[in-house]
Amino acid sequence: MGLTIENVSVVFPAANGRPPVSALSEINLQIDDREFVVALGASGCGKSTLLNLIAGFLAPTSGELTLNGRRVEGPGADRAVVFQKHALLPWLNVIDNVAFGLQIQGISRAKRYETANKFVGLLGLDGFQKSPVYMLSGGMQQRVGIARALTCDPDVLLMDEPLGALDALTREKAQELILNIWDNTHKSIFFITHSVEEALFMGTKLVVMSPRPGRITHVFDLPFSRQFLDGQSAREVKAAPEFIRLREDVLKIIFADEEAAA
Amino acid sequence: MTDKTAADAHVEPRAEPQRAPRPSPGLIARMSRARPTKPGEIYGVPGHGNTLWLSAFSIGLFFFVWWGVTAIGWVKPLFIPPPMAIVTKFISIWNTGFTGTPFLEHLSISTFRVFSAFILACVIGLPLGLAMGMSPLMRGLFDPPIEFYRPIPPLAYLPLMIIWFGIGETSKILLIFLSVFAPIVLGARAGVKSAAIEQIHAAYSFGASRWQVMRYVIMPSAMPEILTAMRVGIGFGWTTLVAAEMVAATKGLGYMVLSASQFLQTPVVIMGIFVIAIIAFAFDLLMRFVERRVVPWKGRM
Ligand SMILES: Nc1ncnc2c1ncn2[C@@H]1O[C@H](COP(=O)(O)OP(=O)(O)OP(=O)(O)O)[C@@H](O)[C@H]1O
Ligand SMILES: [Mg+2]
Repeated sequence: MGLTIENVSVVFPAANGRPPVSALSEINLQIDDREFVVALGASGCGKSTLLNLIAGFLAPTSGELTLNGRRVEGPGADRAVVFQKHALLPWLNVIDNVAFGLQIQGISRAKRYETANKFVGLLGLDGFQKSPVYMLSGGMQQRVGIARALTCDPDVLLMDEPLGALDALTREKAQELILNIWDNTHKSIFFITHSVEEALFMGTKLVVMSPRPGRITHVFDLPFSRQFLDGQSAREVKAAPEFIRLREDVLKIIFADEEAAA
Repeated sequence: MTDKTAADAHVEPRAEPQRAPRPSPGLIARMSRARPTKPGEIYGVPGHGNTLWLSAFSIGLFFFVWWGVTAIGWVKPLFIPPPMAIVTKFISIWNTGFTGTPFLEHLSISTFRVFSAFILACVIGLPLGLAMGMSPLMRGLFDPPIEFYRPIPPLAYLPLMIIWFGIGETSKILLIFLSVFAPIVLGARAGVKSAAIEQIHAAYSFGASRWQVMRYVIMPSAMPEILTAMRVGIGFGWTTLVAAEMVAATKGLGYMVLSASQFLQTPVVIMGIFVIAIIAFAFDLLMRFVERRVVPWKGRM
């Protein structure tokens, strides 16, 4: 089962004198259950467009997406999105933000707090339940966003550069946190990043994309997150020769794209 | 992850290196320099800082100049009576009323007119503005009439109000209502645009209906704009009060000011102006307080 993307293309029509943009062309991608797919690629290659398609915010110009055998025709609670920023509701405190999805689904307050509290704890936010979210640090806000996405028990987690705004140290800790959560909750994840190292470390499958028209040019299977979850330290994994070799290979591909574009 | 809150991100002010004593910078230079505003916010948003003392100073200066000018006798009391004359007048009107009506009745009838117009404008204008922000149909239908009448001074359509609705309370309240209504509608309409697309998408991805997105995302995020619109709106209401009480009024602060001016009772005119200003300002303070309580997150995310 899982998520299947077949021959999907997206063309943004011409507008205001701009020519039409072929944002995605003939994309084929399979995201199996419990798979962690990472998308990497030069800016403008259509990563966010692909994520918006999966989320259902956007309909493909041609082609088809199916999730567990059902056609994707709009947003739904079986897919949850973690955004880079601006997605929390500042008028709600931490617990109400985390419980927001359950509130939308009409779950009673006591029930939704119970579930939300579980994820607040999982993300290390205990004690901050009543804090206003606008007073939290960027890293904590991002964890609130992840907790909120998890509460409705989605099949697929969609993350568009969720760690892009964090400092290096916070970011590495957040990577480990997300991997542990992925391992414990058995979700499939589609994860966008600009960091090659992050992509290699986190994914089980790496999809490298290329712009104009946006397409998938390379797919790699990755062993590194498993190594981390099996007990190796993150630093060890990231310093291993195979990790470094693959990192350089991927960087070469991406730089070649950037130069072709320039 | 680090659990630093904004307050922890405190930076020590840079220590000045020791050097030979220099003449200290002038007052202007010191006042215009960027300064720490709050802990953790060494160089804050320009414009931050407490203005209470400066405001008190400016008010004090105003009254001092006023008193000085009249005490020296530069201006005739007919044009500018001394401050004390206003106070005396206030006390006498408080005790004996104006044109046979107690002062508090003038005050309450005007307040009633402005606030009933304001409440009516909120009750109709806020939903209408939100609807206009969210639906092209509503926007298409209501944008032309509102934009048409909005720039017209209320005095210009006052005669029409009187011809249509007579000289009673209806035409007065309606006139004030119209001047409050436009800014409230436009504010609510603009507020709809406040929600970030990510917030809206987040709600949809949890399976929210269009209605739920409006209820749980659009409306709360529009609150800061709505409260600002209400503040601006009631300001327009007080501005229109005197016009509304121009014709066939026998009570009200506007009436008091207008009829006193016909008899060149300058102290009453000035006193009326002050009373209107003070009520309007008190309500504005209340609104600011409400704003801090209701939308403490305004501009912070
Ligand atoms: N709503 C839209 N209308 C027109 N063109 C769009 C729209 N959204 C995206 N595009 C175009 O589609 C292409 C892909 O955009 P997309 O946002 O998916 O890129 P991205 O890979 O996420 O880039 P980044 O890494 O900078 O976030 C870009 O050329 C962009 O200009
Ligand atoms: Mg993007």
